[in-house]
Amino acid sequence: MEILPTVWFVIIAVLWIGYLFLEGFDLGVGMHMLFSAKNENQRRVMLNAIGPVWDGNEVWLVTAIGATFAAFPDWYASLLSSLYLPLVFVLLALIFRAVAIEYRGKGKSLRWSRFWNTALGVGSLVAAFGIGVTLAASTTGLPIDSNGDRVGGPLAWLTPSTIIGGLAVVGFSLVHAATFLALKTDGDVRLAGNRFARRVSPIAVLPLLAWALIVQFSSGSPVSWALVVVSVAAVVAAWSANRRGREGLAFVGFGLFLVAAMAAIFLAQYPVVLPSTLSASFDLTVANASSAPYTLGVMSVVACFGIPLVLAYQGWTYWVFRARVSAGHIPEAHAVEPAVRKA
Amino acid sequence: MHLDPLLIARWQFGITTVYHFWMVPLTIGLGPVVAGMQMRWHRTGDVRWYRMVKFWGKLYLINFIVGVATGLVQEFQFGLAWSEYAKFVGDVFGAPLAMEALLAFFVESTFLGLWIFGWNKLPKAIHVACLWLAIGGSILSAYFIIVANSWMQHPVGVVLVNGHPVMNDVWAVLTNNTAITAFTHTIFGSFGVGGAFLLGISWYHLWQRRRDGIDTVDATGRVVPGVAPGIPGRDGSDHSIWITSLRIGAVVAIVAFAGVAITGDAQGKLMFQQQPLKMAAAEAACHTGTSFSVLSVGKLGSTSCSDVVPIIEIPGLLSFLAKGNFTTTVEGVDQLLPQYQAKYGTNLPDNPIYGSRAGEKIDYLPMMEVTYWGFRMMIGFGGIAAFAAAVALWLTRKGTVPRSKGIMLLAVGGILAPFAANSAGWIFTEMGRQPFVVAPNPTGVDGLYMFTAAAVSPGVSAGEMLFSVIALTAVYAVLMVFEIRLLVRYVRGGIASAVPELAEPDHPDDDDHPKSDVLAFAY
Ligand code: HDD
Ligand code: HEM
Ligand code: HEM
Repeated sequence: MEILPTVWFVIIAVLWIGYLFLEGFDLGVGMHMLFSAKNENQRRVMLNAIGPVWDGNEVWLVTAIGATFAAFPDWYASLLSSLYLPLVFVLLALIFRAVAIEYRGKGKSLRWSRFWNTALGVGSLVAAFGIGVTLAASTTGLPIDSNGDRVGGPLAWLTPSTIIGGLAVVGFSLVHAATFLALKTDGDVRLAGNRFARRVSPIAVLPLLAWALIVQFSSGSPVSWALVVVSVAAVVAAWSANRRGREGLAFVGFGLFLVAAMAAIFLAQYPVVLPSTLSASFDLTVANASSAPYTLGVMSVVACFGIPLVLAYQGWTYWVFRARVSAGHIPEAHAVEPAVRKA
Repeated sequence: MHLDPLLIARWQFGITTVYHFWMVPLTIGLGPVVAGMQMRWHRTGDVRWYRMVKFWGKLYLINFIVGVATGLVQEFQFGLAWSEYAKFVGDVFGAPLAMEALLAFFVESTFLGLWIFGWNKLPKAIHVACLWLAIGGSILSAYFIIVANSWMQHPVGVVLVNGHPVMNDVWAVLTNNTAITAFTHTIFGSFGVGGAFLLGISWYHLWQRRRDGIDTVDATGRVVPGVAPGIPGRDGSDHSIWITSLRIGAVVAIVAFAGVAITGDAQGKLMFQQQPLKMAAAEAACHTGTSFSVLSVGKLGSTSCSDVVPIIEIPGLLSFLAKGNFTTTVEGVDQLLPQYQAKYGTNLPDNPIYGSRAGEKIDYLPMMEVTYWGFRMMIGFGGIAAFAAAVALWLTRKGTVPRSKGIMLLAVGGILAPFAANSAGWIFTEMGRQPFVVAPNPTGVDGLYMFTAAAVSPGVSAGEMLFSVIALTAVYAVLMVFEIRLLVRYVRGGIASAVPELAEPDHPDDDDHPKSDVLAFAY
């Protein structure tokens, strides 16, 4: 076993799981703003629940990608260039979404806020789906040749498994966000979150389970199968906690579901980081795709104090903003008028 | 028509990166000023500083978010369109990118969130410390990305193993002399942007106060500030807010220019050693000599020097720029080209990695009209901005601006000059590196370089790239419209746009003690 590349595979898996856990709820909140919110005030309650943290959550994605580049340049190069089109859509979606969060409240007209609302909701949906496609492709395979280049045109990545992966992240984000809103807000939004999680979660978690199973059937180990069992148990526990109104427990439960299911997937695929559907000899593995030991060593030192530090101050942020957000906290919108003497 | 993926990929990289670099310098340049204002407010308790923080902070955030959104694209680009490049340099190039994300972006985004939503929630000292940390994150991110970029300009800290660079000295990469000079130069360039921004906008408000008859001048030309009770924000502290902001902006812009001149000079001297052909092309120095061309005309073609006619030359200056004295001759294009051809070949090797370009003749001379004019635009626009800032200080010495609308428009338009200087500088730097994507280091490992023609993703079709460059450019254009519209709206609203309590007649002046259960800031 290659120690350093394996460590880095674990770090990257942790970064992806951290990303899906954290941005999962704020992508979901973006989608909920499209259809769960009844009025502008509810939409603002939802948005402000993620307000202080969403950008920090998104950096988990940037870091996962950057760490992949540093530790496994060939994985980074093949995965991203093969998924050119879906990733361009992910980027466009994330761009619109980020700008929408900052800009939607700063306009004057109804059209302005409607436009940014749609951008936020659709952007979150497309980003979640595309990220799911990307990860699923990396675990179930792409038609890459011996040089790691995609064979078979711009849509060669489009398979049932990648679609399931896309749906998995969308479904999980919706449920995760519902329990998040139940935990972090008060009033109607809280009730709606609770109700959504009760009704929809049994269906919404299925694609993620299906994806985990697909990977298990092709390369599972006893431990990874056990993780799948844990994830199913977590869903059941979370669902019932939600029914009993135990919001904290429900949130943690669905989170555990994600962590266990994704860990099962990453564990089962190890040591392959990107399977080739053309020939197993073209597979990218932790051994043949990684940087040299010196680079991995340097990066390990950086990660060793970088990651705990990030966890500490992001944890502190969640602590500072632990209060529930409710309709009464939202200041009234104010119109920005030019500071001039009217003629 | 035959679509060339390489050409599209280059356009895409240039467009997206230059665009990203319109937001970035404003973020870097404005942030420290806002934080400084907040510290002054804490120290003095003077509500004027509070209002300045709110106003400039609002503009800072409107701009910041577009920087974040476009930065995301950057992180993916090397894998999307430049997979061969990513594989070739990944061992060394990915590290600073990952460090940037882990050590800088997390700090930046997390602490900025704390600052935005932390008003009245965090103790004051911690609140302003959060802003400083976020700014520190921005500056650190600039450092790491420039370390990455400088490695392409001057690869160090590696050995070649099977033809690939493998890092063996991270310290050499992090302290690359190219990176240190480029980093300091870029930070000063960013302060230039921040300074001109403060100056132009403050000027506009002072001008408007005069036009509206709020401020008048006495017989000696000294300002007599007034108030306009009917206009939210135009109260007793308004005048001093703008004149203070204007002076801060002007001083920042002047200091920034001194900074870019010093660091730029150091960069130039390095580049004469590291990429002599780039600098020769920047000078249109066709023949070996000592003179600096102030103006040259003729066909600054990319293949030949023979049609360039120098019009104005300053003897000795070129030697001074390159070597620090007035007499050492500097090699010109005519001498350098054969050296490059001897060292790196006259034609691209017959390797499938070059696709249809294999065997093509290599053109070592960067496009001279770009390098020549890029270099002069950078210095010219920066110099104009600094000169204008000095004039502005003089014109406003009696406390307000002239009534002239023309001068006001110049001051506002002048905001663009340092932006243009920054773009020109980057375009010069990057296009001047062609045809290499990793330029050979004359004192480094022999044989370590990469032609841009070999860097592009082989598996991606021209159609995909064309789609993405069109989509990204269109979206960026739309974002630009929105960002400018919002900036203009908040600028025209003045202080009241950032301190909404001022617009409500029933709670006068309680802006630093809002109702405690309502969030002081909310989306
Ligand atoms: C306000 C912006 C600004 C201003 C006024 C200047 N520069 Fe600059 N310059 C930049 C903004 C900039 C930049 C955009 O930030 C660049 C691009 C890459 C870099 O490191 O900085 C740059 C690059 C750059 C390079 C290229 C280095 C390379 O190829 O790696 C040189 C030689 C100089 N500058 C020299 C100067 C000199 C002698 C100046 C005299 C006053 C000057 N610059 C003003
Ligand atoms: C880590 C930082 C950077 C890297 C790795 C990088 C790399 C590249 C690459 C791969 C290309 C395309 C190939 C080429 O034409 O050389 C390119 C082109 C370009 N880049 Fe950079 N770049 C970086 C930073 C920047 C920045 C910050 C700017 C400006 C704001 C910039 C401006 C440009 C421009 C204008 C081009 C087009 C030049 C051309 O096509 O000839 N770059 N760069
Ligand atoms: C091709 C090279 C570049 C890459 C890969 C890159 C990557 C990124 C990314 C991913 C972000 C978003 C971070 C977030 O989500 O918070 C970002 C923002 C930022 N980048 Fe870049 N960047 C590049 C060029 C540069 C350069 C040359 C500088 C500075 C000199 C710079 C400075 C910043 C700053 C200050 C931000 C904060 C947001 C803002 O721009 O206002 N970047 N960049």
